[in-house]
Amino acid sequence: MSFLRNLAGGLWGLFRKEQVEREMDEELGGYLDTAVNEKMRRGMSREEAMRAARIEMGGAESVKEQVRAVSWESLVETLWQDLEFGLRLLRFNPAFAAAAILSLALGIGANTAIFQLLDAVRLRTLPVKNPEQMVKINIDHRNGASGNFTTRYPELTYGQWEKIRAQQQAFSSVFAWGPNLFNIAPGGEVHNVQGLWVSGEFFETLGVEPALGRLLTAADDRPNCNSTGAVISHSFWKHQYAGENSVIGRTLTISRHPFEIIGVTAPDFYGVEVGRYFDIAVPLCAEPIIVGEDSQLRQATGWWLTAMGRLKPGWTLDRAAAQLRAISPGIFEATLPPTFNPEQARHYLGYKLGAVPGDSGSSELRRNFENPLWFLLALAGLVLLIASANLANLMLARASAREKEMGMRMAVGASRGRLIRQLLAESFLLAGIGAGLGGLLARSLSQILVASLSTQNDPLFVDLGTDWRVLGFTAAHAGLACILFGLAPAWRATSVTPGVVLKESGRGTTGGRSGFGFRRILVVSQIALSLMLLVGALLFARSLNNLAMVDAGFRQDGILVTDIDFSALGLSNERRLAFSSELLSRVRAIPGVDSAATAEIVPLTGNGENHDVLMGTSGAPKGQAPVASFNRVSPGFFQTLQTPMLAGRDFDEHDFKGSPNVAIVNEEFARKFANGRNPVGMTFRIGRLRTITPPYEIIGLVKNSKYFTLREDPQPIVYTSQAQYDHPDSDAQILIRSNAPPANLLSGVKSAANQAHHGLDITFFPFHKMVQDALLRDRLMAALSGFFGVLAVVLAFTLRVAAVVVALPQLFVNTARY
Amino acid sequence: MAHKPSGLVQGTLDMLILKTLQLEAMHGYGIAMRIEQISKGVFQVNPGSLFPAFRRLERAGWLKSEWRDTQNNRRAKYYALTALGRKQLTGETREWAIQTAAIARILEAES
Repeated sequence: MSFLRNLAGGLWGLFRKEQVEREMDEELGGYLDTAVNEKMRRGMSREEAMRAARIEMGGAESVKEQVRAVSWESLVETLWQDLEFGLRLLRFNPAFAAAAILSLALGIGANTAIFQLLDAVRLRTLPVKNPEQMVKINIDHRNGASGNFTTRYPELTYGQWEKIRAQQQAFSSVFAWGPNLFNIAPGGEVHNVQGLWVSGEFFETLGVEPALGRLLTAADDRPNCNSTGAVISHSFWKHQYAGENSVIGRTLTISRHPFEIIGVTAPDFYGVEVGRYFDIAVPLCAEPIIVGEDSQLRQATGWWLTAMGRLKPGWTLDRAAAQLRAISPGIFEATLPPTFNPEQARHYLGYKLGAVPGDSGSSELRRNFENPLWFLLALAGLVLLIASANLANLMLARASAREKEMGMRMAVGASRGRLIRQLLAESFLLAGIGAGLGGLLARSLSQILVASLSTQNDPLFVDLGTDWRVLGFTAAHAGLACILFGLAPAWRATSVTPGVVLKESGRGTTGGRSGFGFRRILVVSQIALSLMLLVGALLFARSLNNLAMVDAGFRQDGILVTDIDFSALGLSNERRLAFSSELLSRVRAIPGVDSAATAEIVPLTGNGENHDVLMGTSGAPKGQAPVASFNRVSPGFFQTLQTPMLAGRDFDEHDFKGSPNVAIVNEEFARKFANGRNPVGMTFRIGRLRTITPPYEIIGLVKNSKYFTLREDPQPIVYTSQAQYDHPDSDAQILIRSNAPPANLLSGVKSAANQAHHGLDITFFPFHKMVQDALLRDRLMAALSGFFGVLAVVLAFTLRVAAVVVALPQLFVNTARY
Repeated sequence: MAHKPSGLVQGTLDMLILKTLQLEAMHGYGIAMRIEQISKGVFQVNPGSLFPAFRRLERAGWLKSEWRDTQNNRRAKYYALTALGRKQLTGETREWAIQTAAIARILEAES
């Protein structure tokens, strides 16, 4: 009750301030008059009476101040006054205000932007029901696994998943999923969208609701299904189908196979992979329909799935992990690939299943960028620190200019706390406005950051919401900066002895020795920090430059890679090679094409295969055989990539199936397997799992070139002839070196493919751009650390100029005095 | 020299004001005079204490105020007790009696 009355009275006082003040004046005036009259009645003269009454009263203003001090609203009022006063000071000094606010906005904005991204990829949980119950099932320490790894998260094989689902007890339900690109074009140039293979339990386990229609269930994921429905995401529905309700029941094609759209997921669900979105989800059983003969579903060596489960009530992560460990031996025994050699089998049977928290899903983005982002956050923090130190310095300069004012105010009775509060109000204003602008800036900055991480083949999606963590982070930074740059100068400015300042009217504490020392420390630390940032930026730039200048062993620019997929033709093994050769010769005939070749593996795409190498023509391997990387290429491959041939010859039309097996190796192979001698004429065999091939004769030696990444050390590479391979692919991956304008080249390739057969699936990507994209992280780090380094220096410079502007009047006064 | 109200036991001024207003509504100067007269000049209440106390008591809901004309045809703010203020006065008076009696006993005790 009394609290409410107090509140109401205070609010009345605040809003009817003038009336309250007027009444107080009148009341005090009346009091004084009455006192005067009373004293005159007792015989004083009018003058005497007035004098006595005034003395008794002791100053109407001070009485009023005491009355005001009774009520809480006066605190609000003085705060408001301080802010108003601060604002006036800032307006009076726009250069300083602008420099300070701008530097704070940049500093806080950069910090918030990076934190926002970190928040999205690291701290936030999946957009599903009770995400804390989700657990990822993986294989502990699974290194050196053998097989085909086909998705971004190849944790498990289908066989393992089936066994886990049947034998696990820790989860109320489990599901498996794998990401993939789905080609939704009916033919011609490929149109890939983000696809998901999901087991039937996927949506139910996650607790995702449909926005429209229904979602996939266990009934949709029947083994050997021959037609199933597909679920599309809300965003795909919006942009591909304009959000029409009639989408349910319509048909879309994935690699030309029809799927009926049965439902649309809720708007906020983007999948269980942070950093990506999904467009279409189909059941696991549809994988053989889409992929055809390359299907991983029944392959014991096909790694392509990730499993997650929702913990049963009462089960903990540790207990779940223990149960999974307990069922591991049986599961791996039952799923042991029959093709494994004894060494691989021993390794495989030693695997143990484990459990890790799954509340934030899977994220390649997080894996690759979490540490760089924390590092960048630290850099951004340094920048803010430098900005704050600069600002502190500036405030100190101002403080020394206002020293006399402070001394005067303390002399007439202002308390030190009150003065500090007023000075801090100014800092608070700066920090507040800076943080507000910084927050706005951060929204665009973080979007730019995400956009710069996205590539054409790899579109990222990060849900960049502003949640309480981001707001708290910004506020905390603003508060911290405010204390950093505001408190010390305020403390120092008010640590004056009024008498001394008034008497000497010279340079007081802030200009004195100790103050100068403090400012010198500030300046030195700023320079040190800025230098650190600059040197760091230079290091990143240099390492990027090194990577960009590294000799890859081939020339990247001027090469277009095209993949022409003719699996729709259903050609037999024998006819595939002929068709692929026909495509290649048609492409070579396009005007402007200098050379072209097909290759199984395009260097630096991250694809590759390793096999055992056994030198000589006979004998069994003893223990672990040494491995080399492999590629299958057509004649002209080295010419197209411009990899120098050091000895021997390239493949030619005489190297066909049935003629003696031939191979070309690189220098590293010669160093490792032939003791550095010229390997041409030597023979070796290839060990794949349990099988060992007939001997290959080395006919050529080429310069070393990069295989997986630009970063790797030279590794032994064996090139074999595509024409001698038993299982040709049903697509031709063609590398084209050409100086023709890209548009002409693209249409040339399209019409060449159409002449061979109408409506083939064609994908293009410029080789140079792909290599660039692989250096994304390095470029990002170099660019951002450079940005921060320059920002630090620019801030220091701007504020220094502002400091001179601020100090000028004082200099002028000081000079004028002499 | 007059005793400063700050020398009063904390909260005593509030009680004195409430007591003064027990019989009738009065304005600020009147209250000050009444306290001075009844205490025979021991307590001289200056405006710097009096007016903050009015504000405080009003906020607490123990006083209400209204503007009235005085005998010499001036407007003055008259303060009066509210029902809550009367209750508060009764309570404080009783408490005061208990405390002063106790203090008196302590001071009179043979040491």
